[in-house]
Amino acid sequence: MKKRVKIIERDDVVVKFAGDSGDGIQLTGAQFSDTSAFVGNDLATFPDYPAEIRAPQGTVAGVSGFQVHIGHKEVQTPGDLADVLVAMNPAALKANMRWLRPGATIIIDIDNFDSRHYKKADYIEDPLKDGSLEGYNVVEAPITEMTRDVVKQFGLDARVADKTKNQFVAGILFWLFNRDVKIGEAFLKDRFKKKPDLVKANLAVLHAGYNYAETVEAIEATYKVKPAEKGAGLYRNMTGNVAIAWGLVAAAERAKRTLFLGSYPITPASEILQELTKMKSLGVVAFQAEDEIAGICSAIGAAFAGCLAVSSTSGPGLSLKSEGLGLAVITELPLVVVDVQRGGPSTGLPTKTEQSDLMQALYGRHGECQVVVLASSTPANCFEYAFEAARIAIEHMTPVILLSDGYLANGSELWKIPAVKDLPEIKARLVKDDDPDYKPYARDIETLARSWALPGQPGLRHRVGGLEKSDITGVISYDPYNHEKMTILRNDKVAKVANFIPRQEVIGNESGDLLVVGWGGTYGALYTGVQEMIEEGKSISLAQFNYINPLPNNVSEIFRNFKKIIVCELNLGQFASYLRSKLPEFNYLQFNKVQGLPFMISELKEKFNDVLMTPENHGK
Amino acid sequence: MENNCITTVQDFKMEQPAKWCPGCGGHAVLAAIQRALPETGIEKEKVVFVSGIGCSSRFPYYINTYGFHGLHGRGAAIATGIKLANPELSVWLVTGDGDSMAIGGNHFIHLLRRNLDIKILLFNNKIYGLTKGQYSPTTPKGSVTKSSPDGTIEDPFLPGELAMGAQGNFFARVVDTDLEMMKEVFIQAARHKGTALVEVLQNCVIFNDDIHAEITSKELRAENQLYLKHGEPMLFGKNKELGLIQEGTRFKVVKVGENGVKKEDILIHNALDHDDTRDYMLVRLSRPEFPIAMGVIRSCEASVYDDMMYKQMAEVRSKSSIKTVDDLLCSGNTFSME
Repeated sequence: MKKRVKIIERDDVVVKFAGDSGDGIQLTGAQFSDTSAFVGNDLATFPDYPAEIRAPQGTVAGVSGFQVHIGHKEVQTPGDLADVLVAMNPAALKANMRWLRPGATIIIDIDNFDSRHYKKADYIEDPLKDGSLEGYNVVEAPITEMTRDVVKQFGLDARVADKTKNQFVAGILFWLFNRDVKIGEAFLKDRFKKKPDLVKANLAVLHAGYNYAETVEAIEATYKVKPAEKGAGLYRNMTGNVAIAWGLVAAAERAKRTLFLGSYPITPASEILQELTKMKSLGVVAFQAEDEIAGICSAIGAAFAGCLAVSSTSGPGLSLKSEGLGLAVITELPLVVVDVQRGGPSTGLPTKTEQSDLMQALYGRHGECQVVVLASSTPANCFEYAFEAARIAIEHMTPVILLSDGYLANGSELWKIPAVKDLPEIKARLVKDDDPDYKPYARDIETLARSWALPGQPGLRHRVGGLEKSDITGVISYDPYNHEKMTILRNDKVAKVANFIPRQEVIGNESGDLLVVGWGGTYGALYTGVQEMIEEGKSISLAQFNYINPLPNNVSEIFRNFKKIIVCELNLGQFASYLRSKLPEFNYLQFNKVQGLPFMISELKEKFNDVLMTPENHGK
Repeated sequence: MENNCITTVQDFKMEQPAKWCPGCGGHAVLAAIQRALPETGIEKEKVVFVSGIGCSSRFPYYINTYGFHGLHGRGAAIATGIKLANPELSVWLVTGDGDSMAIGGNHFIHLLRRNLDIKILLFNNKIYGLTKGQYSPTTPKGSVTKSSPDGTIEDPFLPGELAMGAQGNFFARVVDTDLEMMKEVFIQAARHKGTALVEVLQNCVIFNDDIHAEITSKELRAENQLYLKHGEPMLFGKNKELGLIQEGTRFKVVKVGENGVKKEDILIHNALDHDDTRDYMLVRLSRPEFPIAMGVIRSCEASVYDDMMYKQMAEVRSKSSIKTVDDLLCSGNTFSME
């Protein structure tokens, strides 16, 4: 019998999946995201998982989460608060209660809510009975029990059977969002194409979940989110790490260079290495080195031999690569180092996000040792900035550090697929064989970049290395004036990159009461917060930086048109300090957060409103 | 490697003389390499010398090839990148006992384990020269040096042992006083497909003079050096009257003609054997009971990393539907929007 429930049409909805780290939460989240993209919703995702592979079951510390924000309207963040929470156990409920919107729908696996389980999650009383869920639409679904019943016929062992319960959840969600369950079927057939017996079991469970939702009385309303208006084209759901890998492959093709990656596995950057090891058909040489140092040093060797050379890592690895970066600076070879930042110092919070490697990227080397520093700001534009990092490295013969972070790395959004021919050509500064005028350290006037002569080329034999070298000839020199000259040349070369990058943009009016300044991965939250306040009639704008060193040429022009400037970052104020040193004529307010979590839009707006209401003029 | 380009010793000489101390073993090694390279038939443009930091690591500046003077201990990693980027290059790593046994120990063992087609010249003078006389990982136990005024309390590494432990397939040992031996062995190293490690027992005239004198001096070298050649008996001594036989699991020195020992009883050196048990015993031979094993001790064929990597790439390319980056970007789950 078909029941009648109201359908709520929404511009956007936030769904959070949470459970033990072995519950298939990430898979269910990915499936829900793909389905959303398939029906044309805009989306942003945020996986949030513990550092342990299988953290203690049923504990709050072991909860793995995956948040998806889907929209008819433009979606820039995974959302502050969830409209729907799927909690596979009491710990998942406990960990997520404070991130729920009032009146949210909570789907729980009732089979895991006995006293043993809720005590494990440090509940003293049964959370279903203690009144804490009042005002929410709680759906107590016997997910484990019903899944086991359904898969019995397939003769799977209990362990494998329990792994299919995420499809029961998926089935409920298909019904809850008024979606065609056939999309879910296609996902499973593709996902398990090498294991046909698992397809059957998962399909049966998916349908069971859908049918359960259709018949159960507990669900008060379902959601409908219309397709987004993103513009025609081919899209895909893209995570930051994959986008970086692909951006580098695209850059190698546009530079007509072999892509070489020398890397050592490290959370949360490992996917870049893994992704590039799959690119052999495109001629990518991905080398898993014995340590971080060998990662960068092999890349430097490959750069000397003519590759687009890359080393990917996270904070602790960047520390180990410092000496290598210095070598790349003095040998003036193109090199891209990708740092996917995580909570630090030391091992810190390996699976959580932070922006605290900025100072290390800018200054973490001995000697006068400038490198170009870029930061990507959305999962999808990791492609663009990986490409840009490669372009600058090759055209300016300099190491470039690209800063990403854990939030961008694992988070995803819809990305409009470009045609490679539309990407700019990257012009390597190669030398012709037997060029009689070749001098290893002669420079281009505009960029100060030297030329790139490759071992194997006739007539160009030369040596590079870590010792100071003479201007133009490149032979070793201990001459004091030469050293000063070379130091200045190397610094100027990096500074001159500012002439070859886009001007800094402002979102909102070009002048006003408050300029919000951010950099890198905080873009989504800052953009959404500022945009909402503009709609509320506030005099507020946003400048989100992707080019950190050098800064774009027009920053001062922008800053001087605002009464107040507030720099928001997920650290204790590193970009603010940097701006103070570069543009000391302005006063910078700060908003900082170091919890291993991204900004919430609500906390940003609260701060901005406070600043706008404070009478003193903090501006110039 | 094509053999259409004849090179001469002169092709590899630099205008400026090498800046090692007068009498340093480095000069002889450089001369031997400059003589060996023309005999390998490798084009001069394809040779790359890579190094770390230390006296030995100045080598790339003194030879006319492509060169990369790297970071302390990291030459092996830089060389790896160069070789993987362009496997057609003939890549030579020059390193010292401090550079590769201490700070670069990790890269050193992994290079041997992976078996990239890279040649390593390990200058072993058993001392830190460029930092002026501290003990190194190969300094004999008890040695008084700048950093061990009361004698070292560390057991030294034997590079050959380390090479075997890291599954090295080519190991040779030469002395810096024997130009002909160095040249012969360097040529064999160049021709070996895979990582070839040549330990050069090198003298440091300033900080560790005569450290190898027991092996290299005119009076003692015939009796204290066992110059091994594949397929030849393990004979040594002024008149090749001494030889090695095996008793149980140990070697024994015997004199041909004494106690009924015939020349046929002497062990024949087999450098090609995959089983490295005897190679391991040979690299460990030590004074005063035994002579020191010299020459190519081990040279066996094994799969080479760079070959395998490029073979794998070709195989994947032939099977994959992703031929261009556009193919990649449009692969898997995509969503068309209107």
